[in-house]
Amino acid sequence: MSTFVLIWIFCMCVRGVIFTDLCTLSAMAEERRQKQCSVSLPTESMKAMAESVGVGQLQEESCAALSEEVSYRIKEIAQDALKFMHHGKRRKLTTNDIDNALRLKNVEPLYGFQSQEFIPFRFASGGGRELHFYEEKEVDLSDIINTPLPRVPLDVSLKAHWLSIDGVQPSIPENPPPAPKEQQKVESTEPLKIVKPGQEDDGTIQGKTQGATAADGKGKEKGLIRLKPRSTHELSVEQQLYYKEITEACVGSCEAKRAEALQSIATDPGLYQMLPRFSTFISEGVRVNVVQNNLALLIYLMRMVKALMDNPTLYLEKYLHELIPAVVTCIVSKQLCLRPDVDNHWALRDFAARLMAQSCKTFSTTTNNIQSRITKTFTKSWLDEKTQWTTRYGCIAGLSELGPDVIKTLILPRLTIEGARIKGVVEGQVVSNIDKIGADHVQSLLLKHCASVIAKIRPQPDLAEQYRTDYGYLGPMLCSHVMKARTQAALQAQQVNRTTLTITQPRPTLTVSQSGFSGSGGPRTPSIIKVPSSLTLMTPRPGTPSQPSPPATKYIVMATSAGAASTQQVITLSSSQSATPVTSTVPSATSTLQPLVKLESGGGPGLTGSRPLQKYIVVSLPSSASSSLETKSSVLPTSISSNPLEAAMKLDRSESPGASTQSPH
Amino acid sequence: MAAVQGGPVDAVEEKDIKTEPSNDGCGSNSTNDGRAASASPGSGAPAAGAKPAAAAPEDQQTLLAVLQFLKKNKLTESVDILRREAGLPEDSLDLKGADSSAAGSGGAAGGAAAGGAVAGGDLGAADASSLLSRVTASSSAVVQAPTKAAGEDQPDVNVVLSAYSQQGDPKLYPVYYNGLKRFIESVLDCHRAELSQVFYPLFVHMYLELVYNNYESEAKAFFEKFRGDQECYYEDDLRILSSLSKREHMRGNETLLDFRTSKFVLRISRDSYQLLKRHLQERQNNQIWNIIQEHLYIDIFDGMPRSKSQIDAMSGSLAGEAKREANKAKVYYGLLKEPEIELPLDDEDEEAENEEGKPKKKKPKKDSVGSKSKKQDPNAPQQTRIPLPELKDSDKLDKIMYMKEATKRIRLGPENLPSICFYSFLNAYQGLTAVDFTDDSSLIAGGFADSTVRVWSVTPKKLRKVKSAADLNLIDKESDDVLERIMDEKTASELKILYGHSGPVYGISFSPDRNYLLSSSEDGTVRLWSLQTFTCLVGYKGHNYPVWDTHFSPHGYYFVSGGHDRVARLWATDHYQPLRIFSGHLADVTCTRFHPNSNYVATGSSDRTIRLWDVLNGSCVRIFTGHKGPIHALAFSPNGKFLASGATDSRVLLWDIGHGLMIGELKGHTDSIYSLRFSRDGEILASGSMDNTVRLWNATKAFDDLETDDFTAATGHVHLQDNSQELLLGTYMSKSTPVINLHFTRRNLLLAAGSYNP
Repeated sequence: MSTFVLIWIFCMCVRGVIFTDLCTLSAMAEERRQKQCSVSLPTESMKAMAESVGVGQLQEESCAALSEEVSYRIKEIAQDALKFMHHGKRRKLTTNDIDNALRLKNVEPLYGFQSQEFIPFRFASGGGRELHFYEEKEVDLSDIINTPLPRVPLDVSLKAHWLSIDGVQPSIPENPPPAPKEQQKVESTEPLKIVKPGQEDDGTIQGKTQGATAADGKGKEKGLIRLKPRSTHELSVEQQLYYKEITEACVGSCEAKRAEALQSIATDPGLYQMLPRFSTFISEGVRVNVVQNNLALLIYLMRMVKALMDNPTLYLEKYLHELIPAVVTCIVSKQLCLRPDVDNHWALRDFAARLMAQSCKTFSTTTNNIQSRITKTFTKSWLDEKTQWTTRYGCIAGLSELGPDVIKTLILPRLTIEGARIKGVVEGQVVSNIDKIGADHVQSLLLKHCASVIAKIRPQPDLAEQYRTDYGYLGPMLCSHVMKARTQAALQAQQVNRTTLTITQPRPTLTVSQSGFSGSGGPRTPSIIKVPSSLTLMTPRPGTPSQPSPPATKYIVMATSAGAASTQQVITLSSSQSATPVTSTVPSATSTLQPLVKLESGGGPGLTGSRPLQKYIVVSLPSSASSSLETKSSVLPTSISSNPLEAAMKLDRSESPGASTQSPH
Repeated sequence: MAAVQGGPVDAVEEKDIKTEPSNDGCGSNSTNDGRAASASPGSGAPAAGAKPAAAAPEDQQTLLAVLQFLKKNKLTESVDILRREAGLPEDSLDLKGADSSAAGSGGAAGGAAAGGAVAGGDLGAADASSLLSRVTASSSAVVQAPTKAAGEDQPDVNVVLSAYSQQGDPKLYPVYYNGLKRFIESVLDCHRAELSQVFYPLFVHMYLELVYNNYESEAKAFFEKFRGDQECYYEDDLRILSSLSKREHMRGNETLLDFRTSKFVLRISRDSYQLLKRHLQERQNNQIWNIIQEHLYIDIFDGMPRSKSQIDAMSGSLAGEAKREANKAKVYYGLLKEPEIELPLDDEDEEAENEEGKPKKKKPKKDSVGSKSKKQDPNAPQQTRIPLPELKDSDKLDKIMYMKEATKRIRLGPENLPSICFYSFLNAYQGLTAVDFTDDSSLIAGGFADSTVRVWSVTPKKLRKVKSAADLNLIDKESDDVLERIMDEKTASELKILYGHSGPVYGISFSPDRNYLLSSSEDGTVRLWSLQTFTCLVGYKGHNYPVWDTHFSPHGYYFVSGGHDRVARLWATDHYQPLRIFSGHLADVTCTRFHPNSNYVATGSSDRTIRLWDVLNGSCVRIFTGHKGPIHALAFSPNGKFLASGATDSRVLLWDIGHGLMIGELKGHTDSIYSLRFSRDGEILASGSMDNTVRLWNATKAFDDLETDDFTAATGHVHLQDNSQELLLGTYMSKSTPVINLHFTRRNLLLAAGSYNP
C-alpha cells in the first residue's frame, strides 16, 4: 500500500476520530483521570475509518501505527483546545475550541460539525464490532422553508445589581439565597460546625484569632465546652412587609392572591430568614382554628406547609417540632369542621397525611426517628376502641400514605377486626348519621389502599370465599378491588409489551410513503433512503475485483430520536443484484416506534452473489427507550433480503425492552 | 512550533538588540563561565572522551563561553549569527545537520566544565560557593554524541534532542532511579525534602531519553512505575508527557522542546548537594550524574536546607524555580511624580458646597496630598526614564476630576467593606471572554467569542459618534462648545458594537483618556478602536497566533500584548511594529499588566511563572515561581510595591517586587481566578473567580505582617504562614455568574462583571 494512501487515511482518521472521541477527551480534560491518559484508539477504529474511505485491507501493523499516531495528535489537539476553553472563561469544551486548536496547528478546522447536543453520537454494535457514529437526519428543505422563522435570539444586554452593600449581601432575586440548603442542613444537624460562606462574622474571626494567639490550653477547653451559638433572625423592613403580605394573602379570601402567595413561598430563594416566623404562624394558626373548627383556614395553612416543603432552597428540619404537630392535628383531630356530616374534611385529612408522609420521607433520620414515632402515634390511637371514626380515618390514612410496607405489616393484619367494626355500624340498627358516613369513608379508604398491596403479595386466583375467610367482612369487596387492580396492571403491562407485536399487515412498497415524495412508482429510491453521510463507512462500496472482499460484517445500528412517528418503516437496501432497495412501511399500533431501516449490501453490481454479503441494519428507537439490540440479531441469515418482513419481525422482537442487553448511551 | 516558526522572522533584530544589554548585565557571569571552562581544559576534555578542541587560544575560549551562554538562554538565532561572524569552523558542517565539530567543541567545553565540577567536588568545601555553582552552570546542554541522529531533524531541534543519545542500558534505568530513590529516602529528614526535588526533572529526562532511543515499552513501564512519586502539581505536564511515546512525537512538541532547551533550576543547600554528589560518585552512577550535569541547573546556597513547605511554595513552574540572580536586578517600583496641576475649578466647587452649608475642610487635606507628591521617592524611576506622552488639556481636566473624586473616596478597611455592584451580561450564551472598565467607570467594554467588541455606557451620557467630515466642515470651529457640536446626536445609543476581528476577542483594554480601546483576538491581531468614531484605527500584526491579553499603559501611548507565541510585545499606538519583544516565557503569555509607573510590564504565563520586564531595555528583571497552574490574573498594588497574581490553581499569590519575594498566599477560591484588583488606596484586594464568587482580602494586613529580615531577602527562602482565613474579609456569591473582571471606582465602589450562565 502506498504511503500516500496511508497519509490520506491518517488525515481522514484524525478528522473523523476527533469528534468520535470528543466525549473521551472532554472527560479527560475535565476529570483529569490518570488512566485516560494512556488510552489510545483501538485498531478497529482505524479499520473502520479505512473502510469508510474505500481502503479495504489495512494491515494490522499499519493500523497499530496509525492508531498511535492519531491518538497522540488528538491528545495534542485536545490540550490546545483546553487553552481556548480557559481563555474563553468557560468550563465546557466546545467544538469551536477544537476548531481553534486545529487552526493553531495550521490544520483546516472541521466545518459543519456543530451540534445542538453535547455529544451527538450514537452507539452501534454488531458482529463483535462497536462503533460510534454521527447521525445525520434527512432534512426536507421544503419543511425548513415553510416553517416560520424562529424568534431572533435576545441580544446581549447588561444588567446591574448590588452584590453587596457595605459588605452585606442583600437578599434580592439577583443574588443566590443567603444560606444554601446544604448549609441549612449542616446548621440544623451539626450546629457546631457552622461556617457562613456568605458573610464572615467579624466576631467569629476575632474569636478564632484570639484562640490562636492565646495559649494552647484554651483550645482544649474549647473542645470541652460546647455552646450552641445563638442565632438571630432579624428581618429587614422589606422582609417584614413581605411576611405581612404573604400571610394575609395565604389566609385571606382572594383565591388568586393566595395562589400567588403560595407560589412565592414555594419558589422564592430568600425565605430562609423568615422561616421561623412562618412556622410559628402555621402552628399557632392550626391551634386556634382547630378549636374553632374552621376547615377552610386549616386547608389554607396546610397548603402553606406544602409550599414551604416544595421550596427547593429551604431546609425545614429545624422547624419540624412546630410543623409536625400542626399537620398531625389536621390528620387525626376528632372534629375539623362545623358540620361533620356535610363538609369534606376527609380531603384535608388525606392531604395532611400525604404531607406527613412526604416529611417522613425527607426528614426522617436515625436520630429523630420521625417515621417510627409517627407510626407509633397513629397505631396507638387506631387500636384504641373508643377512637372516633374521624380519627380512625386519619390514622389509617396517615399510615397508608407511608407506603406499601407499612400497609402490609400494620393494616392488613387488622382488616378483619376493622371489617367487623364497619359491619357493626353499617348493618347495625341504632347509628348516628355521622358514624355511618365515617365508617363508609374508612371502608373505601381501606379498600383503596389495601387492594393494590394485596394484588402484589397475593397469588392468583382471587376467590371471594377465600378472601372472606382471610379478611372477614371486607373480604368480598376487597376481592373485587384486587381483581380490578390486577386487570389494570395487566393492561399497563400489555401496553408496554405491545410494542413487540406491532407488525400486523406489511405492505411492501417501494417508497417511504410518509416522506412526501410523489414518485412512488419508479425505482428512484436512492434519494429516499436515508444514508447519513457519517454512515458512509457502511455504504456499499464496490471493492476492486482483484482483492478478496472482507468477510461478511453486519452492523446493527441504532439511534434514538426525539420525534415520534406513527408508522414504522422497514427499509431493505440490497445492492447485491439490482441495487433496488425494498422498503416496507408498516403501520404501527403504538406511536412510539420510529423508522426501522435496514440496509443490506453485497458486493458491487457487477459481481454475483458468490461474494460474501455485508449487511447493515439500522434501527431507530424512541429516545425514551433505553433498550438496545440484542447481539444475537446480527446472526441473521445472509439471504435476508429476500424476506424483509421476517427480518423486520426479528429485529422487532429483539427490540423489546426485556431483551435489552446494552444501552445506546 | 510557535516559537520556531513565528519567532524568528521579526524577532531576530529585536533579539539582537536585546542580547547586548542582557549580556552586559550578566557579563561577569559569562566571563566567569569562560574562565571556569578554561581553568582545566586539559583534564576535562579527555575525561569527557571528546575530541581534543581544534585550537584553544584565549579568545576562542571566550567566544565559546559566549556561545554557550547564548545557547543556555535559548538565543539560537544569535548563536548562529555569532558563529557565522566569528567564522568558526563548526558551521561548515552544519549543512549535514550533524554539526559534529560543534559537538567537538561543545563537548570539549562541556567536558571541561564537567571536569571542573569534579575538581570542585574534590576540593570540597574549600571552593567558593559561587565558583561551584557557576561551574555547574557552565556545563551546558551541548555535550553531544557525534552524529547519532544526523540529518533527520532540523538542526536546532537536533542540537537539543541529540543530547539524548544512547548512554547505557535502558533496562537499568528503573534500577538507577530506584537506587537514587532509596538513597534519598534514607538520608536525614532535613535533606530529604531538598533532594526530592531532583526526582521530577530526573524522571522526565530519563523517560525522554528512553523514548528518544526508541525503547518504547521500557519507557512506558518506567513511566507507569514512577509517575506516582511525582508531586501532584506536575500532573498537567505529566499528562502531556504520557501521551508522548514515540521519537517522532518529540519533534514539534513545544512543551518538550522547552524542557530540553531550558535547564530545570533547582535550589539546593550546599550540604544536601554534597550528599547527593558523594552518593552518585560512590555508586559510579554516571547515568544520573550525566543528566544532572547536562539538564539541571543546581543553584547552591549556603545555610540551612529548606523545609518541604518552603520548597513547595516556590516550585511548580515548568522549568523549576527562578535562579537567585534572576531576581537581583534593581527595580524602580516607586511611582512617578504627579504633574502639578492648578485646580482652577476647585474654588467654585468649594463655594458651591459652602453654600450648601458644608464645613470647609478640604483645603488642608489637599495641601498635604500636594506636598506628598512633590517629594521624590527614592525607589521611583527618573521621570524621563522612558519617554511619556505630554499631558493634554483634556487629560488635565480628567486629573482634576480624579482628584475631586478622590477626596470623596471612602476609606476601606476590615470594618468598612466596599459595596459591590455587579454587572451581569445576559444572553451572552457563554460567549463573553473579556471585560474592561474605564478608569472613571463610565464605560464597559466586552469582548465576545463571536468576534465582536461591545461598548456600553453605564452613565446617562449616551455614546455618540463624531459627525462625518462633510458635516464637520459646517461647524463653527471658534465656538466654545465645539467639542459638543462635533458629535452626531442621531447616533446616540447606550451600546456600540465594533466589528473587525475574525476570532474570539480574548483581551480588551481602555486607554486612560477613554479615547481608544484595544482588543486582542484569536486572529492574531491587536486592534485599536477609536471611541470617538467607533471605528477601527489600526490593526497591529505581529503575533501570528492568538493574542491572549493586552493592556494599555497607565500613561497611555504604550501598550503591551502577549499571546500563544510565548512572547509579550510592547507597542506604541503610533508604530505598527513592536518597540520591544519580551521573550523568555516557556509557554503562552496569558496575561499582561503595566506597572503603575509605566516603566515595567508584568506577564503571566502558562509556564506557571510571572515575569517582570523592564520597558527601557527589554530585559527580564524578575521571575516569580510558585503557581501551580497557568496564570490568568495580575494586579499591581497602587503604590507599585506589590504584585498579586491569580491562577487556575485557585490561589492568589502576593509578591514583593523590590525584594523579589513571595510574601503571601491567599487560599479560598475553588476555581480558576480570572480577575484581581486592589482598591484605590490599596487596603483591599478583590479577587473574582470561576467559582462565581468575589472575595475580599485584607491587603494591608497581608503586607504589614511581613517580616523581611535580611536573611530572607538574601536567600529568598520564604516561610509563609497559613493565614488566608484571617485575611479573608468577605465572600460574595453570585448566581452562576463567573466573575471575569473587577474594578474599583474612584470612590472605591467595587464593580464586578461576568456573564450569567443559567
